[in-house]
Amino acid sequence: MSERNEFERIERSARTRRHVRLTITYILLGIWALVVLFPFYWMVLTSVKEYGAYNAEFYPKLYTLAPTLANYREAFTAVDLGRYFVNTLIFTLLTSGLMLVVTVLAAFAFSRLEFRGKNLLFTLFLALMMIPYELVIITNFVTITGLGLRNTFAGLILPSVTSVFYIYLLKENFELIPDELYKAAKVDGTSDLKYLLKVMIPITRPTIVTVMILKVIECWNSYVWPRLITDSPKYFLVSNGIQEIRENGFGRDNIPAMMAAVVVISVPLIILFLVFHKKIMEGVSRGGTKG
Amino acid sequence: MSENNRKAWLYLLPAILFLGVFMVYPLLDVLVYSLEEGYNFASQTYRGVGLFNFSYVLHDPYFMQAVKNTFILVIFTVPVSTGLALLIALGLNSIPRLKDFFQTVFFLPYVTNTLAVGLVFMILFKKTPYSDGFVNLLIEMLGGQPVDFIEGPYWAKMTVMSFYTIWIVLPFKILILTSALASVDQNLYKAAKVDGTSPFRIFRKITLPMISPMIFYLVITGFIGAFKAYSDVVAIFGTNLNAAGMNTIVGYVYDMLYGDSGGYPSYASAAALILFAIVLTITCINLLVSRKKVYHA
Repeated sequence: MSERNEFERIERSARTRRHVRLTITYILLGIWALVVLFPFYWMVLTSVKEYGAYNAEFYPKLYTLAPTLANYREAFTAVDLGRYFVNTLIFTLLTSGLMLVVTVLAAFAFSRLEFRGKNLLFTLFLALMMIPYELVIITNFVTITGLGLRNTFAGLILPSVTSVFYIYLLKENFELIPDELYKAAKVDGTSDLKYLLKVMIPITRPTIVTVMILKVIECWNSYVWPRLITDSPKYFLVSNGIQEIRENGFGRDNIPAMMAAVVVISVPLIILFLVFHKKIMEGVSRGGTKG
Repeated sequence: MSENNRKAWLYLLPAILFLGVFMVYPLLDVLVYSLEEGYNFASQTYRGVGLFNFSYVLHDPYFMQAVKNTFILVIFTVPVSTGLALLIALGLNSIPRLKDFFQTVFFLPYVTNTLAVGLVFMILFKKTPYSDGFVNLLIEMLGGQPVDFIEGPYWAKMTVMSFYTIWIVLPFKILILTSALASVDQNLYKAAKVDGTSPFRIFRKITLPMISPMIFYLVITGFIGAFKAYSDVVAIFGTNLNAAGMNTIVGYVYDMLYGDSGGYPSYASAAALILFAIVLTITCINLLVSRKKVYHA
């Protein structure tokens, strides 16, 4: 009998210990979640505070009882936020679209077509993955300036189009499609292009969508190249717009209006993330890096 | 050339054109620029050929400040972020519920605009005549003295920069480590439990070796990424990083290229090549260490 009691006691204490450990884990994870989410809360909160009220707070308040949308009106009228937004949209769509065409064509050639020098060329492509962006950006700046493409969409887009990594990723995916399909299509007299469009792209659509989303995120957030290549606010993207707003817009102390602009800029990506978070995380863990 | 050959090259043509013009040619050109002394951007002429650009950059106090800032940032953020990510990933893998929820929340910073959120961090840390700011409020509550983190002492500025960098890079690391931990063979753990092995010993002898390739992958990419820090620093301190004393090596390259201090692609090229040499050296060291330490199943 006492042995049984002993057993129950040990079992109970083990359970208690497990509960304590779990509770601590949850609390620590919760704290980090707070650290992650707090800046987002703060930007939304500040963006709905009234300008006067915000500046009157020596100790910033964690809530507001009189939310206002005036800052958003200010953000769209006092600076050209709408234009930055549209510019970024155009830039993102064109760059991602062009990248898709270039990447898919190259990946198809590497995965399905036989030609002399294929392995050598593919190795060279892979070697290019190691080249840091910072090394090539200098000449690209000079090239684009020399072509007179500063402050144009062409100048913004052209150097951002290619991505060796995505060519590699798509090639690997294309190669998973059985060769028999290709041969059968050939026998039926299907052209390569038609086979690519009607068979390969639909089969690999999940990967293609992931690649597109990652590229869209990258484009939406790009800052360095646009900053080098545009100095006319007519062609600013949102990142440059935000920097411009910070340094010259609104009068430097209108923090609530700045935060309204920050919210407007952040919302599209957050929506994209909420809709596609599984895909995005899966894609990134397969080999994306930041930027 | 056979018909098949021609067709393949046709499919590859756009990629080769883009890569040739914007990757391969610039790569060769940057070497040329770095050796052209006294290059004039307007007239596209130069005085002579030699290593003067490198010597100029290495003697420039702004560059040395940038190197110092970058190294401090790297040495601090890479170990801290990797360690923190490991702790969080271990936590995520040990909870029965809400794992997906936490994982999604933790990933959020990855998709946000660095410049935009950096502005929020700036406001949270800033001390103005009108307000001490949120972070200083917390410090005062804990009994400390308020500090201006944005325009104050060097260590304070470095703290904000490191904190923001860690906040930005953690999502990627947590994601990688969580999936690495989840893919460890559960039978190993069961066997260890049967033998009555202590949790700490299980961690050291099973978990750590099994995920060591991923840890080293993160350390290597972490070093490379941290050496290239730029946008997040601009986000907090503004574009005039030299004035703030917070410039990074990449920032120095861009300042040499463009802006009020720009127009010197030769100096920019030399600085970029020096950065590349540093990153290459560190990566090689990392690879050598990892060859010794990483467990290969």
